[in-house]
Amino acid sequence: MLEALSKARRHSPCASCKLLRRRCTKDCIFAPYFPPEEPHKFAIVHKVFGASNVSKMLQELPRHQRADAVSSLVYEANARTRDPVYGCVGAIFYLQNQVSQLQVQLAMAQTEMLCIQMNQEPLAPASADQDVISRVSSDDVSYSCLHNITNHHQYFNFNSTNVIQYNNLKRESSSLWT
Amino acid sequence: MTSTRCAACKYFRRRCRPDCIFAPYFPADNPQRFACVHKIYGASNIGKMLEELPVELRVDAMESLYYEAKCRIQDPVYGCAGIVSLLHQELHSAQSQLAKVQAEIAFLDATNVALAKPTSSADASLVQENGIDQGLDDQFNMWFY
Repeated sequence: MLEALSKARRHSPCASCKLLRRRCTKDCIFAPYFPPEEPHKFAIVHKVFGASNVSKMLQELPRHQRADAVSSLVYEANARTRDPVYGCVGAIFYLQNQVSQLQVQLAMAQTEMLCIQMNQEPLAPASADQDVISRVSSDDVSYSCLHNITNHHQYFNFNSTNVIQYNNLKRESSSLWT
Repeated sequence: MTSTRCAACKYFRRRCRPDCIFAPYFPADNPQRFACVHKIYGASNIGKMLEELPVELRVDAMESLYYEAKCRIQDPVYGCAGIVSLLHQELHSAQSQLAKVQAEIAFLDATNVALAKPTSSADASLVQENGIDQGLDDQFNMWFY
């Protein structure tokens, strides 16, 4: 049945060849990724990137990666259509802010939890966590709270390789993000 | 006479007109910037995008296009969408961790309340008998410890 569907599909031009009004050959590079039932998908990619650029990009990729590449191109094209000024970059900015805020909240919550555990320590039963008990002494309480707050500094520096790349690019094109 | 062609016109080896739409955003001293954006989007598409935007927004638009083009060149499969996906994962992970810690705090608070509650009035009178009263100051308490 799949073979019959595939044969039927081969006779029907893909979305790109329909839009470009050309004959859809059996080795059409777009055909596997832009079926005729989804004309908007190719239309939006063509509008933002151009058919010839998309074709070149796909040709430079191994076959098993082309489907993912098309999906990401469609995503970016949609983002650029919705937001012609910032496109995908707007989404990156927004998500980075969300992550940073959450990480600050997480650090604060973890500090609060530690302080509660330390306050609870004199009333805790003997089976309590030894690590918590060992940190508690009249001199060390304030130090360990501060120590834990300091240890959470990693949450304030969002270190992902892709975001580091983004920050480097930001420095190169500084006018937008200063 | 020094050339005043923008990077786009230099790339295409054509005369750069005074009203060239690319000139403000692709200066001649950074040819790589235009080459990068042209490779992914094509000059014609960039020109159309610029024409559709008000002048005051074009700088930001070109910056973001340049960034996306660079991402796509560095990661031809996922480009910028890969970064968005990574950030979504980070966001989800941070939300889960925060929910977990907040649940632990709620549990600890409930435990604190349970432990602090006096179990009977007999305990309260015992405390008073021994002179241990939370209202007394520390200096007085020192006599007992």
